[in-house]
Amino acid sequence: MVGLLGHNGCGKSTFLRIVATLLKASAGDCFVYGANVKSDGDVVRHHVGFFSHVPGLYDDLSARENLAFAATMLGFPEADIDAALERVGLTHVAHERVRGFSAGMQRRLSLARLILQRPRLLLLDEPYNNLDVAGIALMNGFIRELNAAGGAAVVVLHDLVPAQGVLDRTVTIRDGRVHTPTAADLRHGGDSPQAITLPVGAAGIS
Amino acid sequence: MSPAPTPSFEPPRPLHAAFGWLVFGFFIFTQAYAVLTSPADAMMGHLQKIMYVHVPSAWVEFAAVGVVLFGSLYFLWKEDERADLLAASSAEVGAVFCGLTLVQGMIWGRPTWGVWWTWDARLTSTLVLFLILVGYLALRSFVEDPHRRGQWSAVVGIIGAINVPIVWMSVKWWRTMHQIQSNPRSLSPEYLRGLLLNLAAFTLLTAWFIWRRYEAARYERAAEHVSQAAALGGIDG
Amino acid sequence: MAFRDDVRRIRAIVWKDLTTERRSKAGFSAVAALGVTILVLFGLALGPDGKALQSAAAGALWLAILFASVLAFNRSYQVELDGGALEALLLYPGSRWAIFAGKLIANLLFVLAMLVIVVAVGIVLFAVRVPAEWAALLGIMMLGVVGIVSLGTFYAAMSSRSRAREVLLPLLLYPMLIPVLLASMEATKAFLLGDLLNASGAWVQMLSLFDVIFLVATFLGFEYVIEV
Repeated sequence: MVGLLGHNGCGKSTFLRIVATLLKASAGDCFVYGANVKSDGDVVRHHVGFFSHVPGLYDDLSARENLAFAATMLGFPEADIDAALERVGLTHVAHERVRGFSAGMQRRLSLARLILQRPRLLLLDEPYNNLDVAGIALMNGFIRELNAAGGAAVVVLHDLVPAQGVLDRTVTIRDGRVHTPTAADLRHGGDSPQAITLPVGAAGIS
Repeated sequence: MSPAPTPSFEPPRPLHAAFGWLVFGFFIFTQAYAVLTSPADAMMGHLQKIMYVHVPSAWVEFAAVGVVLFGSLYFLWKEDERADLLAASSAEVGAVFCGLTLVQGMIWGRPTWGVWWTWDARLTSTLVLFLILVGYLALRSFVEDPHRRGQWSAVVGIIGAINVPIVWMSVKWWRTMHQIQSNPRSLSPEYLRGLLLNLAAFTLLTAWFIWRRYEAARYERAAEHVSQAAALGGIDG
Repeated sequence: MAFRDDVRRIRAIVWKDLTTERRSKAGFSAVAALGVTILVLFGLALGPDGKALQSAAAGALWLAILFASVLAFNRSYQVELDGGALEALLLYPGSRWAIFAGKLIANLLFVLAMLVIVVAVGIVLFAVRVPAEWAALLGIMMLGVVGIVSLGTFYAAMSSRSRAREVLLPLLLYPMLIPVLLASMEATKAFLLGDLLNASGAWVQMLSLFDVIFLVATFLGFEYVIEV
C-alpha cells in the first residue's frame, strides 16, 4: 500500500491516471503486472480499479441500476449487487435515483462499484474527500481486505491522517519528480526517464 | 505522443525566398504563355482561357485533400506531430483553392449558361469539399489540447477525404437520374500544352504555399509546447 | 468469450441510454415535436399548392428528421459528460467499438421512433399518397437512418466535448451526410411519386453501399476519438 503525497499540481494525479490508462505519457513506459499501459491497455484495465472525485454515475438511474450496469460492463454480470450495497450502507436507497444523492452517498456508491470489481490494483485519487468517519472506515477496511487477498494500492493523498495504519510506505512527489534522496525521475516528457519501482509486494508497478 | 521536435528558430533561409520567386516567376510565365498563344475559342471567345486557372485550381484542391488524407493516416500510425501540422496546412491551402475554383466556375458559367450556378458534379463537389475543409478547420480551432486536436482532426480528415469521391458519385448520379445534360468541356489540342504547363505551375505554387504554412505551423506548435512545459513547472531543474 | 462479454456490454449500454433518455424530462417528446415543427415550416415555405408540396415531400421529411436527430446525438453524450460517466465508461475493460455499437443502436431506436411520428404527420401535411408497398418504403427509410445515425453518433463523440458544440456538430455532419441524404431523398421521392422502380432501386443500392462504407469507417475511427 503506497501513498503518494505532494502539493497541488505536482503530478501525482496525472501519474495515477497514466497508470489507469486514462492519459498517455509523453515519455517512458509503465507496466502493470507485466502489461504495458500504452499497448496493452485493455489487459491493464482488467487489473486496475480507479477511484477519483468524479463519481461516474448516471443521475437518472437508481443506485442498484448503476451497479448492475457497472457489473455488466466489468464482465461480472452475476456479481452480488445487494451485498455491495449493504456493505456501503446504501441498501435503504437502492431504488432511489442517484440524482438525489449527497456527495458522500455518491462516493460510497462508487466504492460499492469498486467492491464489485475487486481489482488487483487499486488506484485511489484522494479517496477520503467527502467521506465521513464511517465512510473512511469502510474505505480502509476494503483496502486492507484487498491487501490481504494479495492486491495492492496506490493512494494519492494530501493528508495522511485518514490513511493511518493502511499504508506501508509513502512517496512524496514534487514538481513531477519523486522527492527522495535516491530520486528516480518521474518527469513527464523528461529527457532521461528512468524506471521507478514502487515495491508493492507481489504486484510490481515499474 | 512523441516528444516534440523543436524547430530551430532561425529565420527562413535565402533559399526559401529564392525558390518562392522562382515558382511565382514560372507561374506568371505559364499564364502569359497560355493566354497569349492560344486562339480564341470558337464559341466562348477569350472567356475559355479561364480554364487555365480554373482547371488547375480544381486539380490543386483535390491534391491538397490527398495530402490531408495521407498526412492524417501517417499521423495516426506514427503519432508524428509534423504530419498533423502538414495535414492542417494543406487543408487551409486547399480550402482557399476551393473558394477560387468556385468563383472562377461562376465567372465562367454566367456568360456561358446564363446562370451563376448549375449544380453540376464538379462545382457541387467543390462546394461540398469546401464545407468539409471548413468543418475540419473549425474542429481544430475549437479543440485546445494538441494531442486531442491531432487525433480528432486526423480521423475527421480521413473520413472527409474518403467522402469526396462518394459525393462526386452521388451528385453525378443525381444529375443522370434527372436526365440533365452534362456540360461538355472538351479541350482541343492547341489548349492542352498551355493547360499542362499551368497544371505544373499551380502544383509548384501550392506546394510552396503549403510548405510556408507548414513552417508557420511548426513555430506555433513549438510555442504551444513551451507554454505547456512552463505551465507544468517542468522547466526548472 | 470476450465477444459474448462485448455483446452483453452493448446491450447494457443500449438499455442504459434508452432508460436515461426515457427518465429525463421530456427528451423524446421534445425531439419529436421539433421534427413536426420543422415539417410545418417546410410546408409553409413550399406550399400551399398541393402539387408543389407533394413533389417536395421526400426532401422535407428527410431534412426534418435530420435536424431533429442532431439533438438526439448531442444528448446521447451529454448523459456521459454530466456525471463524469464517460471516464468510468472508458475504464471498464472491453472493446471501444462496443461502446460505439451500444450508443449507435440506442440512437437508431430513438431516431426510428421519432421517424414514425414525423412521417405520419408528413403524410398528412404534404398530402402524400401512401403506396401499397409501404413496407418497402420503411425499409428505404431505415437505410437512410442508419447512415445518419452512424455518422451522427460518431461526430457527436467529438462535438459534445468541444467548445461551440451546437454549431460544430451540424458543421461537421451535414456535408458528410450529403451522399446519404441525397440517396435517401431521391429513393424516397422516386418511390412516393410512383416512378420507375429502377430509379429507387439504383438509389437504394447506392445508399446501402454508403451505409457500409460509413459504418466501417466510423467503427474503425471511434477508438481514436473517444479515448483522448
